Amino acid sequence: MSNIPADLRYAKSHEWLKPESDGTVTVGITDYAQNSLGDITYVQVPKVGAALKAGETFGVVESVKAASDLYAPVAGTVVAVNGALDGAPETVNRAPYTDGWMLKLKPADPAALQTLLDATAYAALVS
Amino acid sequence: MSELKRTPLRDFHVAHGGRLVDFAGWEMPVQYRSILEEHKAVRRAAGLFDVSHMGEVDVRGPGAGRFLNHLVTNDVTKLFPGRVLYSPMCYPTGGVVDDLLVYMRGADDYFLCINAGNIDQDLAWIRTQAAGFDVTITDRSADYALLAVQGPQAAAIVQSLTGAKLGLVKYYHFSEATVAGVHCLASRTGYTGEDGFELYHAASDAPALAAALLEAGTPRGLELAGLGARDSLRLEAGYPLYGHEISADISPLTAGLGWTVKLDKGCDFIGRAALATEKQQGGARKVVFFKTGDRRIVRAETPVLDAAGAVVGRVLSGTLSPLLNEAIGSALVAAPAAGQPLAVDIRGTRLALHPVKPPFVELKRQG
Repeated sequence: MSNIPADLRYAKSHEWLKPESDGTVTVGITDYAQNSLGDITYVQVPKVGAALKAGETFGVVESVKAASDLYAPVAGTVVAVNGALDGAPETVNRAPYTDGWMLKLKPADPAALQTLLDATAYAALVS
Repeated sequence: MSELKRTPLRDFHVAHGGRLVDFAGWEMPVQYRSILEEHKAVRRAAGLFDVSHMGEVDVRGPGAGRFLNHLVTNDVTKLFPGRVLYSPMCYPTGGVVDDLLVYMRGADDYFLCINAGNIDQDLAWIRTQAAGFDVTITDRSADYALLAVQGPQAAAIVQSLTGAKLGLVKYYHFSEATVAGVHCLASRTGYTGEDGFELYHAASDAPALAAALLEAGTPRGLELAGLGARDSLRLEAGYPLYGHEISADISPLTAGLGWTVKLDKGCDFIGRAALATEKQQGGARKVVFFKTGDRRIVRAETPVLDAAGAVVGRVLSGTLSPLLNEAIGSALVAAPAAGQPLAVDIRGTRLALHPVKPPFVELKRQG
């Protein structure tokens, strides 16, 4: 069974979002996604300052099996990226919702988060 | 789609968390826990692989030795009872039908191990070529299961389950042995670059033997290992995989396996003329091995570029070396380009291919 924390929002493309108290959102990929990919060997994220459109490809996650695009769940500006994944991409397998986070966005429209799936809806998607 | 074939260990894999996938028509575990961790466990201690999907063929009769020397490119006359030989068998074009292990059990009594995906085509080919030789070909693939125990602890693990003196069985030799009460042909061979044994045994004995090996091996660091780790281990060791480094389109000479092609073994063999010509004139293409210094995997079929950006070949195999922490692989390139600067484009980034003479890592295999 996949771990699907109740306090996060989810995209159909298997990214999660966590609204932070400072108005930014943290983005990563779900436990279901990391498990489907298998051993993650490389994570490519954009530069801080990049402006992303909703649904736009923002990076790539590679596993031994395949390379998969990452999609921005909402529009926004990249304010931080997880540089630790460069040397330790397997962190995404081990801790997809915590140490395996990929980037922080300042959303263009905070209300856009409400359009994403909640945990119950995401659980239904991957079941 | 036809039903996937199963080995006798299918339920064993499921019970141990194996992730089953379609491999050449077989439902096989690609991994249990992690391809990278299973790979490292084999290099560090040991891994247990179910390779029961491999094909086995008996070749018997007064003409068996002479037939096999006609069939394969390596020199079968070098064999004696208890000795194993690796060889390609080729088409008249020099392209490869399959690569296989030839076991000599006794005079007029040989045993072949062939690739799972090639069993039907190999048997058809072997039977056709056997016309005129006094030889009997028997497909034994369904009768045998095959477990590979590989890694620096492999021999000690198998030894703990048998009274046979495995120390006397050197690399590329085999012996009959009763392992955990199961009658085995114990072959000191493998596909990982490590020391180890491949244990051929009756299919019905496989669950008991697998359980015994896992129990005896776990305290010594043995882990179950799937086909994902098997592939990265063989590539790190520089071993060819049929359909990648060798194929109907890629001869053993092109693949750098010249040591398996014995043009002067004293008899004609299938593909000899074409291979002699290729050796004399030099092949038009060459298989090269590379690493990149980058973690992005350079996957099969990626175009290979020269310094000017022109396509001069394609990638045959590519993975991340779990030990080197960088992408490694093989490529088929135009002969003049081999030795020149080569590169690939990975999602818009140009990565140089650094030539490597495999193995990619130091192997500690004991003879």
